[in-house]
Amino acid sequence: MKITLENISKSFGRQKVLDELNLTLESKKITVIIGQSGGGKSVLLKHIIGLVKPDSGRILVDGIDISTLNEAELNETRKYFGMLFQDAALFDSMTVGENVAFPLKEHRQLSKKEMKQIVTEKLLQVGLTDITEKMPSELSGGMRKRVGLARALALDPKIILFDEPTTGLDPIMCDAIDRLIVETQQNTGSTCVVISHDIESTFKIAHKIAMLYKGKIIAYGTPEDIRSSNNPALRQFVECKFNPDTV
Amino acid sequence: MIKFLEFTGRPFILLIEEFGKILRLFLSTVSWLFRPPFRIHVIFKQMEFVGVGSLPVVLITGAFTGMVLAIQTYYGFKMFGGESLVGAIVALSMTRELGPAITALMVTGRTGSSMAAEIGTMRVTEQIDALYTMSVSPVQYLIMPRVLAGIVMLPILTVTSDFIGILGGYFVGVHVLKVNSGIFIARIIEFVSIYDVFNGLIKSAFFGFILSLVGCYKGFYTTGGAAGVGRATTQAVVYASVSILISDYFLTAIMF
Repeated sequence: MKITLENISKSFGRQKVLDELNLTLESKKITVIIGQSGGGKSVLLKHIIGLVKPDSGRILVDGIDISTLNEAELNETRKYFGMLFQDAALFDSMTVGENVAFPLKEHRQLSKKEMKQIVTEKLLQVGLTDITEKMPSELSGGMRKRVGLARALALDPKIILFDEPTTGLDPIMCDAIDRLIVETQQNTGSTCVVISHDIESTFKIAHKIAMLYKGKIIAYGTPEDIRSSNNPALRQFVECKFNPDTV
Repeated sequence: MIKFLEFTGRPFILLIEEFGKILRLFLSTVSWLFRPPFRIHVIFKQMEFVGVGSLPVVLITGAFTGMVLAIQTYYGFKMFGGESLVGAIVALSMTRELGPAITALMVTGRTGSSMAAEIGTMRVTEQIDALYTMSVSPVQYLIMPRVLAGIVMLPILTVTSDFIGILGGYFVGVHVLKVNSGIFIARIIEFVSIYDVFNGLIKSAFFGFILSLVGCYKGFYTTGGAAGVGRATTQAVVYASVSILISDYFLTAIMF
């Protein structure tokens, strides 16, 4: 499924977060959106799934402008999405198994046995076994993210959104999550959008990279295109150098 | 002049904004009452939490309220020889006023705060956003069952409190203060009508609605991390308690 953002603007109070932003996210590819912390990356991601409505502009998901849909229509469209939140956003009051089964319970008519089978399968897909009875509070950060991904995958989404999937993890776990994203995309053939400020990870997993800067996409292309770009803000970000002029 | 108007107008605008948000949440909650999917198990879970969970505290406060009322009434009325009215005064006070009000305040402290804290935590940890992304309405899944549980369970808790309060009053009046048992009961039958109980229960349903809606509202619009959750919880208890006591006056003025 292709996602097109056309002239998206969004302000919170007097602060303009997105400014006439244009971006096309290619179908069945991993696109990583990079940018500074607090630069509006998460807001952009929330626009894509309809959690935030733009002040102006259009968000086309397979040609349908989701910014104009009502709640019921939006809920139908969201069934094509899966989203992994920064801190996984697992439901504290439910076990791991119940968390992964939650979307299935809500949207599929399945027997308990079928549901259990899918939960086990999804957890296995993210490399987890024998933790269905554990509570989210008993899990490490990396495991929580894996469970969050298993829940996001439960309805076999065509678009998967990742909000800073490697933030707060150790390098080994970062690498494991990166591999998981690539494997998930390859196995499911889904369109993946990843928000990140982790450059190393970005170059490892991305088919396409977009740089968000001051509310606009200032660069878009393959990892090679981005590496060879001469844009000063992009160079600073990629080379991790401090340049007061671009701040 | 403009600065003065801005200064004085801002709180007014904020108040209107707050009122508008709570009204919208209320209308959305009502609309979700009648739209599928109906998650009966979620509603029962909340009823259990609000009702069964609050029962011990309601029983204790109800019993002691009735007991202290018996003592106060006995010594006050003894001054002009009206001790025989202790039973009637305890029963009338419990059914009309103290049963509904004390129960509502106790449940506000216990479950209103818990609703604000739980939903507030879900808000700041993006669990509410997660519900949206899974095509589940948080108003239907989180708020409607809690508000419904508040409206249904408060009258049940109140009638229990009324009963245990009168029983406590009977115990103190008859066994400690030596009021005649027959007179105690006869005066209750003479002065208390079914409408006193019924009107008290209508008030308690309204209080249940207020405490649950305010708790959910404060939690739902929480911002600012852990500090925000703490703030929302405190505000939920304060706003709900004040609203209950103010509405109590007006409901009483209309009903009795």
